[in-house]
Amino acid sequence: MTQGMTRRHFSDRGDRILDRDPVRVGRYRLFTRINHWIIAATTILLLLSGLAFYWPPLFWLTALFGGGQTARWLHPILGLVLAVGYLLMFVQLVARNIPRHDDLVWLRHARDVMDQNEEKLPTLGKYNAGQKFVFWAMAGLILILLGTGTMIWHEVFPDLVSIPARRWAVLGHSVAAVLMGLTFILHVYAGIWTRGTLSAMTRGWVTGGWAWRHHRKWLKEVAGRRD
Amino acid sequence: MTGLAPEPVTAAANPPVEPLETNLGARDVVRASAMPDLPAPDRRLTEVAKLIDVSKCIGCKACQSACAEWNETHPEIGVNTGVYENPPDLSAEMFTLMRFTEYDNPATGDFEWLIRKDGCMHCEEPGCLAACPAPGAIVQYSNGIVDFIHENCIGCGYCIIGCPFDVPRISPKDNRSYKCTLCSDRVGVGQGPACAKACPTQAIVFGTKTAMIEHANDRIADLKSRGYANAGIYDPAGVGGTHVIYVLHHADQPSLYSGLPDDPQVASTVSAWKGANKTIGLAALGLAAAGAVLHGLFARANRVSAEDEAEAQALVDRSGEGSA
Amino acid sequence: MTNSWTDIGNTDLAIVMGGNAAEAHPCGFKWVTEAKANRGARLIVVDPRFTRTAAVADYYAPIRPGSDIAFLMGVIRWCIENDKVQWEYVKNYTSAAFLVRDDYGWADGLFTGYNDETHSYDMTSWEYQIGDDGFAKVDPTLQDPRCVWNLLKAHVDIYTPEFVSNVCGTPVDRFLKVCEMIGETSATDKVMTSMYALGWTQHSKGSQNIRGMAMLQLILGNIGLRGGGVNALRGHSNIQGLTDIGLMSNLIPGYLNIPRDTEVDYATYMSTRANKPLRPNQTSYWQNYGKFMVSFMKAMWGDAATAENDWAYHYLPKLDVPSYDILRTFDMMAKGEVNLYFCQGFNPLLSFPNRAKVTEGLSKLKLLVVMDPLQTETAHFWENHGTFNDVDTASIQTEVLELPTTCFAEDEGALVNSGRWLQWHWAGATPPEMARRDIEIMANIFRRVRKLYEDEGGAFPDPILNLTWDYAEELAPTAAELAREMNGRALTDLLDPADPAKVLVPAGKQVKNFSQLRDDGSTMSGCWIYSGCWNEDGNMMARRDNTDPDNTGAFLNWAFAWPMNRRILYNRASADLQGKAWDPTRKLIEWDGEKWAGYDVPDMGVTAKPEEVMPFIMTNEGVGKLFSRKGMVDGPFPTHMEPFESPVENVLNPKLRGNPAARVFPDDLAQMATSDEFPFVGTSYRLTEHFHYWTKHNPVNAALQPEFFVEISEQLAAERGIRLGQQVRVWSKRGEVWAKAVVTKRIRPLTCAGKTVHVVGIPLHWGFTGVARKGWGPNSLTPFVGDANIQTPEFKAFLVNIEPVEGGPLA
Repeated sequence: MTQGMTRRHFSDRGDRILDRDPVRVGRYRLFTRINHWIIAATTILLLLSGLAFYWPPLFWLTALFGGGQTARWLHPILGLVLAVGYLLMFVQLVARNIPRHDDLVWLRHARDVMDQNEEKLPTLGKYNAGQKFVFWAMAGLILILLGTGTMIWHEVFPDLVSIPARRWAVLGHSVAAVLMGLTFILHVYAGIWTRGTLSAMTRGWVTGGWAWRHHRKWLKEVAGRRD
Repeated sequence: MTGLAPEPVTAAANPPVEPLETNLGARDVVRASAMPDLPAPDRRLTEVAKLIDVSKCIGCKACQSACAEWNETHPEIGVNTGVYENPPDLSAEMFTLMRFTEYDNPATGDFEWLIRKDGCMHCEEPGCLAACPAPGAIVQYSNGIVDFIHENCIGCGYCIIGCPFDVPRISPKDNRSYKCTLCSDRVGVGQGPACAKACPTQAIVFGTKTAMIEHANDRIADLKSRGYANAGIYDPAGVGGTHVIYVLHHADQPSLYSGLPDDPQVASTVSAWKGANKTIGLAALGLAAAGAVLHGLFARANRVSAEDEAEAQALVDRSGEGSA
Repeated sequence: MTNSWTDIGNTDLAIVMGGNAAEAHPCGFKWVTEAKANRGARLIVVDPRFTRTAAVADYYAPIRPGSDIAFLMGVIRWCIENDKVQWEYVKNYTSAAFLVRDDYGWADGLFTGYNDETHSYDMTSWEYQIGDDGFAKVDPTLQDPRCVWNLLKAHVDIYTPEFVSNVCGTPVDRFLKVCEMIGETSATDKVMTSMYALGWTQHSKGSQNIRGMAMLQLILGNIGLRGGGVNALRGHSNIQGLTDIGLMSNLIPGYLNIPRDTEVDYATYMSTRANKPLRPNQTSYWQNYGKFMVSFMKAMWGDAATAENDWAYHYLPKLDVPSYDILRTFDMMAKGEVNLYFCQGFNPLLSFPNRAKVTEGLSKLKLLVVMDPLQTETAHFWENHGTFNDVDTASIQTEVLELPTTCFAEDEGALVNSGRWLQWHWAGATPPEMARRDIEIMANIFRRVRKLYEDEGGAFPDPILNLTWDYAEELAPTAAELAREMNGRALTDLLDPADPAKVLVPAGKQVKNFSQLRDDGSTMSGCWIYSGCWNEDGNMMARRDNTDPDNTGAFLNWAFAWPMNRRILYNRASADLQGKAWDPTRKLIEWDGEKWAGYDVPDMGVTAKPEEVMPFIMTNEGVGKLFSRKGMVDGPFPTHMEPFESPVENVLNPKLRGNPAARVFPDDLAQMATSDEFPFVGTSYRLTEHFHYWTKHNPVNAALQPEFFVEISEQLAAERGIRLGQQVRVWSKRGEVWAKAVVTKRIRPLTCAGKTVHVVGIPLHWGFTGVARKGWGPNSLTPFVGDANIQTPEFKAFLVNIEPVEGGPLA
């Protein structure tokens, strides 16, 4: 047991070699994947409704929700769903997302990342610094959005805070939402650009080559484990 | 229907009684919330104003009563909380409220009971309209009236955030925002606001803004003759002037009057939110999205190579032996 | 009002004392704001509380409730001392020069003739010296020590600013500033108006408060002038009409009197009326009394009233006491001496003093009939509403009938405003199903009563069987018919006395006004002062021409003002002795060498010569009375009296309690407290958000002022540990109420006789019916005593105690 624990520096308990030929490595359990997609869906809906409130030319997006009034009451409820989902995800993934020295090295070689000079990059655990950034950025932004959103959730908390505080809140909420949008783009794009990634969240596994190429320490640890 | 109603010039005069089509509507809208590219209307109405002469006000609440009657609102029968304000605050059922301040004037040693009718100020640069995300939920007519078009309201409460005077209120019944309309429905048919009509001392008067400023200056001269050296008009420049203006005995200290803002303006936070923040944010999102698309189209995707797969295979095979 | 609401716009100085016009009469108060805005007029408020009137005043002075006489006498003293007197007016138009009997005097707070046993005065000495010619003696030089002016000077001598401040609690500097502002209006081109209401009347010496102001206004020369006068702000929209039409136990319409039982026949009755002039050549208008009285009797009983039967004088009820006012009636009721009470348009359970006694009285009735548009507390006095009306329903045997009536807006007719204007109005709404007009209900009752007399005879059927009832629809007389009846008509052709061949008014036609009424039975008129309201020119009350030549505020073609469409009473006094206006900008009527003419209907025979006939034709003197002779039961001059419940002793005479001439029923005296037990002064008042006990039935008014409260100073709150908005219990020797505490800077402690006096303000408007929150009225607390002259209850000054309460009966 102690041995098992000590060996799990770079991987989570459920990560394992599913097939040896060709190699398929289990990366996310079903629960995690469903949760992820709930988060993804609510994020998209929140971005859409939020954009509608944010930018008048996109107000028509509220029609997707059945009109402005519906979008108005739905948005904070979706926000709550997102927050709860992300909280669960956070608990699950936080251990592997603690920044390490390798991340710093990896970041210094950001240019090599883009240029795909894999040989110049350090070998990594389950997540690279970019993924960790998304993880932490999302966590922080959701916390801000949750806090500021509560302050301006008029229907439920009409007089929770003073009007000047609500003005700061609405400003903070929109800034955080923009940053979340940017993070979202980064996340989605990275997932697409880095081919072979999507299957981690769709089918739950990645190919051995993908793991070797991007998360070698993780692969090594998973491969060496007996559980 | 017969002709259009004349533009009202006073609330005291008897209004026309024949059926008239409203002379104030969509074609007079100069600004609308979340509709930045509104075309300019073909005509411009004379700017109107409601003047509230605090020095003539006796706090009788006839304005509140007339407001509730005309707008068919039903303010709650509450409790006494130890003060004269009733209902206790503006609400979606009470668009105007007498606020009472007990003030010991240190300069004269006299006690003063300052009574101010609170309600929408109909700003020339309305913070509510700037903050509102729903197209056409808040409009400003060329005569200066700022009106809420309730069918367009989504109930988000941003108008409350945007208002420098803490005026709009969301109805818990229908989740739409309400405030004084300056009786736009009466003004449209040639009548002044109900509160001005009901005011027994003509502390509330209504007319063109020019006439109201003129009247206010007369009143200020009278007040100065009674020793109120700082009597003046409250028509705050910070919001571009207002279409509800006050005559105050102490115009140098508006906040004496139940916290009337000394220098109201659309809050910098609101301007930042609706201004720079929006531009920068949208630009950033756009650029990021465009960058991603371009990169996706033109850059080489990060693909897993056959060697990678082989290395992985080898690794797994080795570890498989070791552990077996 | 001597003047009218619109005329207040002509004033230079309005003093609101004994009233709160902005709150209780906001629409009328408009004319004060007009005067302020258009003429630069100033406004003074003297009140125990800093009211909403004070909020727009130029100067405010506090006063202890019930000390107004001292204040007013102090102002008169100051004006005399500082020569702020309109001398020509005083010398010619007032009784200043009249000589008073040598045996009249005043000492220790009492006038000569006081009887300690009966608590009343023998008024013999309160009289002028009458010469051999039958006229009163005068000294136009005002040198004689017995002339009214010198007696007045001596009488007010004690009311120094320090004395006033000591009694009233008004700081000396504030009092003096008020004096200075008032004194300025002794100039012929400056005029002050006095506006008062229940703040002066609801005291055991209420009439003397008003006398004090009337005297001051005479001294300043402000009566009869535009923007002047002594103006009673009447509470209900038609309460002026109520008194005009004689709905008092001792009056018949037009301020004629119901006879006393000592006045056994018409000649005896008339012997003390129809006053002869006290000075040569003067007009004493009451010499026409007989014309009005006979015309009234003819209106009542038509052909049954004849010269031979004293115009049916024996039909009139005769009083065995001065009056059966509400206090006496409820005192009798509480003793079980009343069987049936017909309560029409009143809510005594909340309006009459000492509610416990009112409840006791109502509980001892056999039958209570309530006619009202609303569900009143009185009609439901037997219902238990917990602490709000804690009665033992099962023990009450009174049968109660509620007859729903229309409200004023559902009916047509005239309302008489404070300015004596009869303004016709038309129905604005259809009455709800069961409601019927008061007149119809009364007509139906009358027919049934008459039927009983027809069928059964009875002790004295004649007044009922012979009553004139010639309305087109027997059971539904119209307002128009009643108005025409009040105006009066000729019963036979009225011939011109100067030219008997000329018919002035043919038989059957309406008289033009009361100048055509006669005492020979040839005319009838139901209410002489209203005569002229609906003559052959039509319904004068329905006129709506608001033209006002030269903006005098008269509006002579708008509605009808009694008497004779006159807008300002005593308007002859607006001109000097020669008949020229004191102030040309305030011209009302002037003598053009042959007759009086101008903007108003002259209050004077139009050809009465100016230097001969003096302006106050309703007095026997022909001049304004500074000395009221026997006109008032409690003294010919106002003298300082404390309320019956007072925090301090009467400084003039510590043995005196309240008004020494007031009527107090024995049981009620025992229920009056001293300041040892009840240290604080209670005072009652109305709020602008409500009208009496009506508007608590209206959701909008109820929302604007939802719940019963009392107002106290920050100092009293601190002393008793009362928080803003907390529940408090307020109690007197007669009852208790629970209210929310409004703690305010607007009420401040006063220092009187070296003592700190706290005032507890107690508004009315709440009860246990309606949509507003349940509460109480101040009448649960107030003493059962009234004004010595007219029995208006003392609601404005009494003693209470107060304490904070946790978890009381309020929300």
